[in-house]
Amino acid sequence: MKILFFGSLREQLGTGELQLPLPDGVNNIGELLAELKQRNAQWQQSLGTGTLLCAVNQVMASEAAAINDSDEVALFPPVTGG
Amino acid sequence: MISISVQAEDFDISQEYRQLQTDNTQVGGIAMFTGLVRDLTDNPLTAMHLEHYPGMTEASLQQTAEQAAERWPLIDIRIVHRIGKLTPGEQIVFVGVSSTHREAAFSACEFIMDILKTSAPFWKKELHQDGAGNWVDAKASDQQRAERWNDKN
Repeated sequence: MKILFFGSLREQLGTGELQLPLPDGVNNIGELLAELKQRNAQWQQSLGTGTLLCAVNQVMASEAAAINDSDEVALFPPVTGG
Repeated sequence: MISISVQAEDFDISQEYRQLQTDNTQVGGIAMFTGLVRDLTDNPLTAMHLEHYPGMTEASLQQTAEQAAERWPLIDIRIVHRIGKLTPGEQIVFVGVSSTHREAAFSACEFIMDILKTSAPFWKKELHQDGAGNWVDAKASDQQRAERWNDKN
């Protein structure tokens, strides 16, 4: 699957994109977040702010949204356009 | 008709206006909003950098325009949003709508801006004269402005 990061989150994690197989036991965004947080203290902190938004295949989604290996998932801070 | 553009280049309001004016004699009014890069910070800005999510940005703006077209009797909707490096005073966003009646045009223009501010995937980073850079925080007041459309006709 493809995971994208934007804005301040992209800078904090030092990457804008991850390509990886859907981890075992991960069925939704919330579970994916929990998995990614285990990478290290920085990921734990940056992904644990409680304010992040997510999108699945370029449509806003909740943490309960189901995901599979062919999805593009994006995680980002609240938007500030306009 | 809906027109969406996400672009680095500046836009020309008179050209946008002419596109909205057309020769459709049902158009009774055109409402337009232009947003500019402002500098209200104590630490002066050299520029603002606009990041976005290519693909989702266009889809999100399209969806917002379609929602406006469902709520009000609109004829044309045009949205332009710039990305990349912008300096204070530059144009950053344009929303223009035409309708038979002014009320629909005014309301739809405001609705599109309010929803865009809280749902289109753009992120602003301020670049300061002293070399510092900081990401702009989302404002609760913008969220409140967007949410008031939930229970309003």
